[in-house]
Amino acid sequence: MTEKEMQIQQKQEVQQAGEPTKPEKQYVPAVDIFETAEAVNVLAEMPGVAKDGVEIELENETLTIRGTVAPHEHGGETVLLREFEPGNYLRKFTVAETIDQEKIQATMADGVLTLVLPKIAPAKPRRIAVQGI
Amino acid sequence: MAIVRFADQKLFRNPWADFERMRRELDALFQGSGQDAGGRGAVFPALNVSEDSGNIYVRAEIPGVPAGEVEISIEGDTLTIRGERKTCTVEEKYSYHRRELECGRFSRAITLPAKVQVDRIGAQAANGIVTISLPKAEAAKPRQIKVNVG
Repeated sequence: MTEKEMQIQQKQEVQQAGEPTKPEKQYVPAVDIFETAEAVNVLAEMPGVAKDGVEIELENETLTIRGTVAPHEHGGETVLLREFEPGNYLRKFTVAETIDQEKIQATMADGVLTLVLPKIAPAKPRRIAVQGI
Repeated sequence: MAIVRFADQKLFRNPWADFERMRRELDALFQGSGQDAGGRGAVFPALNVSEDSGNIYVRAEIPGVPAGEVEISIEGDTLTIRGERKTCTVEEKYSYHRRELECGRFSRAITLPAKVQVDRIGAQAANGIVTISLPKAEAAKPRQIKVNVG
C-alpha cells in the first residue's frame, strides 16, 4: 500500500451551488469518511485553506464544509505553467447518525481538515423488573 | 480562411488538402481544451510555475504532507519534489463511507526555464501548498539596454 505511486486528482467543480455572484471557482474537496463505534471522522483535502478559512456547519443532519482560499500568488508574476487554480471549497453531507454537536472537533493541518463528530451514546437497554404482588 | 497569394498556389492541388486542414484544426481543438482550467499532468503534485524579473516560483499542491517531509532537490536545471503521504491509515475495523484521498509516494521533476542561483533557493510550506522561490542567475535576468544616440 505504501509503495503505491500517487496519481493526481482532478479537482471537481461544484455543480449548482446556489447561484454564485462572485467570479470564483468552487471545488469539491476530496474526502475520506469513516465511522468508528464512537464517532464519524471526516478528512477533507483543502490545500491553500488556512485555519481561519474553514467553516463547518451542522444543521438538520446536513454537514457543510466550506474552505476559503487565501490568494497565494502576488501580482507581477508571469504564469508559465498552471495546473491548479485557487478556488474555494464546498461540500455537503447528510449525516445519518445522531451527532453530539457540542463535542465536534476540527483540526486543520497541512491543508487537510480532520473532523471528529462524536455520536451521542445510544440509550442503554434497560431491564424492567416485574414486581410480584 | 487564410489568404493565399496567387503566386503561392500550386499548379496541382493536393486533393486531400482540405481534409488535412480539417484534421489539423480538430487536433488543435482537442489540444486547446483544458488548457486554462488546468492543463494537468498525470503526475502528483500539481504545480504552478510563474516568474517575475528576479525569481522563478514553483508552487506545489501537497496537502497532508508535513513541511519537513517534502524533499526538494536541484540538479543542473532539474528541480525534483519528492515525498510520501501517509494520511490514509487503513484500519479494518473502521467502516468507510468515502475513500477519495490518495496516498503513497510521489516524485516529480521539472526542467526550470532559466538558470538559477542554486545556493539561494528558498522553500516554504503553508496550508498544504509548498512555494519554492528560485532566484534567477544574473545571466538570466532581464536587462534594459539603452540605445545611445550616436
